[in-house]
Formats: sequence, C-alpha cells, structure tokens
Amino acid sequence: MVTLQEVAEARTARTAARRSSTRTRRSVTWWQPVVVLAVLVAVWYAAAYYYDHVRSLAFLVPYPHLVLKAIVAPTGMNGAPSTFGHDLWTALGRTTVVSLTGLAFAIVIGVLWAMAMAQAKWLENSLYPYAVVLQCVPILALVPLIGALFGYEFTSRVIVTVMIALFPMVSNTLFGLQSADRAQHELFRLQRSSRLARLVKLQVPAALPSIFVGLRTSAGLSVIGAIVGDQFFQRGNPGLGVLIQVTASRLMGPELYATIIIASLYGVVVFLVFGLLGRLAVGRWHDFG
Amino acid sequence: MTTTAPAPVTATDTLLDFRNVEMTFPNGTVALQGVDLTVDRGQFVSVVGPSGCGKSTLLRIASGLETASDGTAGVAADRIGYVFQDATLLPWRSVQGNVELLAELGHVPKAERAAKAKHAIDLVGLNGFEANLPKQLSGGMRMRVSLARSLTLDPELFLFDEPFGALDEITRERLNDELLRLFVEQQFAGLFITHSVSEAVYLSTEVIVMSGRPGSIVGRFDVPFPMPRDPDIRFTPEFAELVGEVSHALREGHR
Repeated sequence: MVTLQEVAEARTARTAARRSSTRTRRSVTWWQPVVVLAVLVAVWYAAAYYYDHVRSLAFLVPYPHLVLKAIVAPTGMNGAPSTFGHDLWTALGRTTVVSLTGLAFAIVIGVLWAMAMAQAKWLENSLYPYAVVLQCVPILALVPLIGALFGYEFTSRVIVTVMIALFPMVSNTLFGLQSADRAQHELFRLQRSSRLARLVKLQVPAALPSIFVGLRTSAGLSVIGAIVGDQFFQRGNPGLGVLIQVTASRLMGPELYATIIIASLYGVVVFLVFGLLGRLAVGRWHDFG
Repeated sequence: MTTTAPAPVTATDTLLDFRNVEMTFPNGTVALQGVDLTVDRGQFVSVVGPSGCGKSTLLRIASGLETASDGTAGVAADRIGYVFQDATLLPWRSVQGNVELLAELGHVPKAERAAKAKHAIDLVGLNGFEANLPKQLSGGMRMRVSLARSLTLDPELFLFDEPFGALDEITRERLNDELLRLFVEQQFAGLFITHSVSEAVYLSTEVIVMSGRPGSIVGRFDVPFPMPRDPDIRFTPEFAELVGEVSHALREGHR
C-alpha cells in the first residue's frame, strides 16, 4: 500500500537528486574569460607598440603574434627555421617528468605522513610541527646544500619539487582523515572492527574529497617546483626553467615569452586534469569544487 | 575509554539488567546515580528525561561504548542494534552499501549480506531506493536506512538514542508506526531514549522517567495498551491521561 507519506518522501528524494545534479553541472560561461583574454591581448599590443616605437626595446615586450610564431613555427634571424621549437617541447617534456615524479613522491609521503598522524594524537603533536617547518623553510636557503649532497641534476630537481609540493598533501589528507564524525567512528567500534578496517572503510573514503583538493594544489605547486629546481640546478637535462634563463640572457624576447606561456599553460593543464580526476573520483557523492 | 563487553546476566528472559549503575566522568560530572533498570524479552522500554540527564549515557553503557564507573551493567543479548541520533550513513555508499556495512564488518560472505540487506530494506519500505545515495534521500528515509542497517544484525536488543528527534512531526509519527510494526514482527526488545512523552507512551510497554543531573530514575509507568497498537489510540482519554501522568512525573523530577 502506497501512502501519501511514501509518495511525499519519494518526491523529496527526486527533488534532492535533481538539485544535486544541477549543482555539479557547470553553467556555460566560456565567452566571459574570452572577453578578458581579448582585452589582455589588446593591452599587450599597446605595450609592445610602446616598447617598439617609443623606447626602441622591442625584445622586452614582443608583439603577441611574434610570440605565437615562436611557439608554432619559430625562425632564426635569417628567416630559416630555428631549433627553438625542438628546444621548447623537449624542455616541456623534461619539466613534466620532473614535476610528475616530484608530485608522485609528495603524494606517497604526504598521505603516509598524514595517516601516521591520524592514528594517535601524540603522533600528530609530534609530527605536524615538522610539516609546518617544511612549509616555512626558504627553499633557496637549502639549495646549495641539496646541490652539494645530491648533485645538480634530476635528483635535486625532484627533491626541490617534493619539498614545495608536500605540505598541501599532508595538511589536506590529515584534515580529511579526521573529518569522519564521532558517531560514525562509534558505529565501527560497536562492531568491534579493527583500526585498519576503520581506516580503509571510513577514514580514507571520508578523506578523499580533501585529498583531491590537496592533490590539485600540490600538482600546481609541483610545476613551480620543477621550474624553480631547474633554475637552481642547471646541469643534466635542462627543462623550461633553464630555457627561460637562456632566452632571457640572450634577449630572445618572443622565445622568452613563448617559454613562459607554455610553462603557465602546463600549470593550468595540470590543475585542470587533477581537478577533473577529483570530480570523477568523488563528484558522485561530494560537491567537488 | 574502553569497549569491554558488559557483564553477562543469567536469567534467559532478561536481556538487560542494570543494578545501581553509576557513571562519573573523568571531569567529575556525575551523569547517572543508582540506576536500576531491566529490559525483558517482549518489552519495549522508553526513557524520558530532560536534556543532559544521562539518558544517552545509559545507552552507551548498554552498548559497551562506555563502562559504568560503579554498579553492575548486565547485558545478555548477543546481537545488539544501535540507532544513533543522526542516521550516521556513509555518504559515499548507496542505500544497499550502507545497509550491508555492519554485516560486512562482521565478515559475512558477500551473497549472504546482500540478501540480508535486501530483506532489511524491504522491512523498512525502501525497496526501489537501493542504488540511491544518502544525499538523495529525505531525513525520514535516511533514518529508515539507519534502521535497516541495524536490522541486518537481527538484534535481540535494540537501542535507540533519540532517533526521530530531528524529524518533523508527520514523518516522526509515521516512523513510530513502522517501529511498532517491526517490534511486533521482529520480536526484539527495545530501549528507546526520547524527549517526547507521547512518543514514549505510544511506543512502549514501560516508560521510565529520569530526573536532571545527576540522572536517576524518578518514575516508572506500565503502558497497558495491547500490541499491535492502533494509531488512533493516541486520541483516547486513557492515552492522554497516561501522557499527563508521565509529564507530571517529568516536571516533578526536574524541579
């Protein structure tokens, strides 16, 4: 027998389902950022004109179309194709490898660190200050030491990346692991379930939204880390950071801007990809921003 | 905080036997004092009392979440259901997944726990909602899921910690009827904590009244109405009279 109350409850459920699906759907606002981009490019052209004709320092602010050309079809002084295109994509590849390697280490270390802290208050009290210290240490101050200890190549770049990207993983994972409420813990305790079962079936799933927020932040930071690491350690296979310094020192305006833009785009792509991963992983039950 | 199992009692028909139970928290607060309470098979006992009188502590001791600081807290039931104030569902699990949780933690094989969950979902009238997530359900439906989750344990003794306090009046009355039906069909004994005198009288075979801090029992009322209960009993003079007596005892104890 279907009573009015059941009908009402079913309707509430349907409304709730509909509401949550519209909330996760993105409204189409693609043209607003495009307008901003157009304005920025116009300002850029004006600045380029000023530096070209008034100051006669064209390489400081090259025209946008020259920068675009440096990305898609770079040519040398004489008009013949230059090797810059090859250099740019190779550097991007190397930076990608360094940042993703660093990020992978940051994820593993960060999650394990946070899991250890979530096990007991005394562990949290003992270990959390060091996560904060890590966040406060000026990486620059450690660079000579890291270089001397681990060489001026890949290993040191990854270490710098890990140091820069680690903190958001630690703090967000810890916050997430502690987000399950007392009654939920008691539900597990009533079944005499093990600490491991509670971690796997309660704390980790509850932490996933925070972990993915941390992951997205750390992924962005890992790009910064890889480029910073590059500029400190110039040996081995140079990435985008080295290319930025080389093009800057040779006054190669369009190439410098091209490198900066590719580095920024890479950062944006990484941020978007990890945001998308988060939505795929927890978007079903959690409104992932 | 320990999870030591409360001491067993011998009488087969008494599932819960509290003698002179006292609870003093480490900060010195005396939550319970000299509480004698029994729940037998076939009984549904409600406890009413003002906020902070230790009603919930009583349940926490019965479930083993807390240990009494003095007296004997005997529990003879092997399978104990516990329903919290909130539905305490895991938001990433479907209705089916949430209802299966306790059996899963008890290492019940997959096929068996799926069948248990299906049965429990049918019992609370949620068939068709198995795949829904908690956020897609109303408050009343979430509480039904919570009930179904405990029903999978096939409890002998069911502990309720103000489960319907956050629901609106209509949903609450509806769930009260469901609970009475389950009590008659499933034959568990119940210990039910509530703020609402009429809910206590309507659901119970016995109503216990507790005073404010430190919590102690100041009144006991047998509820003579037969089971299964007619919802319209709530509008009879006898019902109103008993509600009046219990409310009076509650006011006396609060003074």
